[in-house]
Amino acid sequence: MAITSSHKSKLIYTVLAWTISGLIFFPILWTLLTSFKTEAEAISASPSLFMFDWTLENYRDVLERSPYFTHFWNSVVISIGSSLLGLLIAIPAAWSMAFVQTKRTKNLLMWMLSTKMLPPVGVLIPIYLLFRDFGLLDTKLGLVIVMTLINLPIMVWMLYTYFREIPSEILEASRMDGATIIEEVFHVLLPIALPGIASTLLLNVILAWNEAFWTLILTAANAAPLTAFIASYSSPEGLFYAKLSAASAMAIVPILILGWFSQKQLVRGLSFGAVK
Amino acid sequence: MGSITLKQVTKSFGDVNVIKPLDLDIKDGEFIVFVGPSGCGKSTLLRMIAGLEDTTSGNIEIDGQDATDTPPAKRGLAMVFQSYALYPHMTVRNNIAFPLKRAKVAPAEIEQKIASAAKILNLGDYLDRKPGQLSGGQRQRVAIGRAIVRQPSAFLFDEPLSNLDASLRVNMRLEISELHKSLATTMIYVTHDQVEAMTMADRIAVFNAGVIEQVGTPLELYQNPVNRFVAGFIGSPKMNFIDIPTANDGAHSIGVRPEHIKISNDEGMWAGNVGVVEHLGSETFLHVHVEKIGTLTVKSDGDCPFTYGDKVFLSAAQNKILRFDKTGLTLPSLTEI
Repeated sequence: MAITSSHKSKLIYTVLAWTISGLIFFPILWTLLTSFKTEAEAISASPSLFMFDWTLENYRDVLERSPYFTHFWNSVVISIGSSLLGLLIAIPAAWSMAFVQTKRTKNLLMWMLSTKMLPPVGVLIPIYLLFRDFGLLDTKLGLVIVMTLINLPIMVWMLYTYFREIPSEILEASRMDGATIIEEVFHVLLPIALPGIASTLLLNVILAWNEAFWTLILTAANAAPLTAFIASYSSPEGLFYAKLSAASAMAIVPILILGWFSQKQLVRGLSFGAVK
Repeated sequence: MGSITLKQVTKSFGDVNVIKPLDLDIKDGEFIVFVGPSGCGKSTLLRMIAGLEDTTSGNIEIDGQDATDTPPAKRGLAMVFQSYALYPHMTVRNNIAFPLKRAKVAPAEIEQKIASAAKILNLGDYLDRKPGQLSGGQRQRVAIGRAIVRQPSAFLFDEPLSNLDASLRVNMRLEISELHKSLATTMIYVTHDQVEAMTMADRIAVFNAGVIEQVGTPLELYQNPVNRFVAGFIGSPKMNFIDIPTANDGAHSIGVRPEHIKISNDEGMWAGNVGVVEHLGSETFLHVHVEKIGTLTVKSDGDCPFTYGDKVFLSAAQNKILRFDKTGLTLPSLTEI
């Protein structure tokens, strides 16, 4: 009886998981399918899921009309650059919050998180003016800085959570063993927290790669990453759905591949804590 | 050298005084055990000696030098933690080598010291394993090995056997005692287990609520506890306490150890009924319900014939009865008066 009910609940959970996964994946699948349609089929009133004339025309057009690889490179530099710079700041911040706590640490963490609740448009004008005055508009450096600042609270929170899992006695032991703070961090903390640090890095690369609000506002031709490149297919003359889909597919495929290969690391990082 | 002197040392967390002004002299080569219930401040004091906690006031001297504000690594002490605190990403070899590398010891000398520690602690076969692949006892040996190679002036042990099972704990207890004899280095050992304290210590410091109640050899504490707390804490099973509010010689309660009560089926000071009987093979613990007094624990031989419900008589050895005043301080025994 117990076996039957456990089988039943397993079946329900499986169906539920596949349904939710299907719902999440469907827009991506639709985008990928549309990218292989003609513009006419893309806007057809009775769209077909698979039964259409498959074409690579959109991809050819997109590659011919715009410098895809320049945008791709910009995306790589901005996402990886901002994630690495973020780690450089977040690691010492999370270290001090996790291991040298004061009574204000929790409030500080909440305050940092609250900055993520502010709509980005709320700080649009001051940031735009600062960027203009410092000559950072349409530069990769500017975007690296802004992406770092945007994602820093998440990075600090994630690393703080991972560091809290590490028994402080291990760090104290290293202190007793004669390690300086730098040695303690590099020889003990970072190697132990590596899965957590890797997943923080990966998640932030993904977040920075997909960020569209600031990239559209702060870049033009020079530093525009793939998100800005997609948006260029939504022009005043109208939407070119098929080409827009092809551009979107070309923008998301690299990060999908990265996510696919690093999923083991991501899951390991998110279930971190088995160091005791 | 490894003498440690604490002078009027205190520790407060906010308004809470965890360690009240405290003096203690630990002699070079001594094995001293800090024992006391949870939250009594014994581990905090050990961490203050290690330098892992700041000292609120007072001085800590190591080998006659003031070390109150000296960082942990510069105090020349080594610590073994309750959770072993091994570096999980390093092999046993690298764990043991870690403090030597920090001290910039030559590689050849590091290898030689690792080999010597591995031999002492029987770790030769495990040097290339990671801590996760070792048993609890082996991990604890690695932690001790990491401490030994530094040749510290004193070892600090913070409840090092708490995570081990009972039989392994007995073995490790012996190994640590052997180690103390062979190294002749000062050891400060924190535990809440009074059996560990009694069996290992040269001297025991009994802690209670941030103060040291008494310091002395295990037998001094067992035979002449200064107060009711120490009398109750040292000895297993615990001492029996009997309140005597009507006494007129200053004593408000008396204490008698289970091993000093004789049990008989025909005569004695107190009559009672046997409750739970615990047979341990070589000895038997009987919990006897005595009217108007309560339950008294009696330690008897392994072949004790009494069973649940039996009517028995108990008598305490007169020269072993301890008397306490209303504040709990021990009064001179009747034989001394």
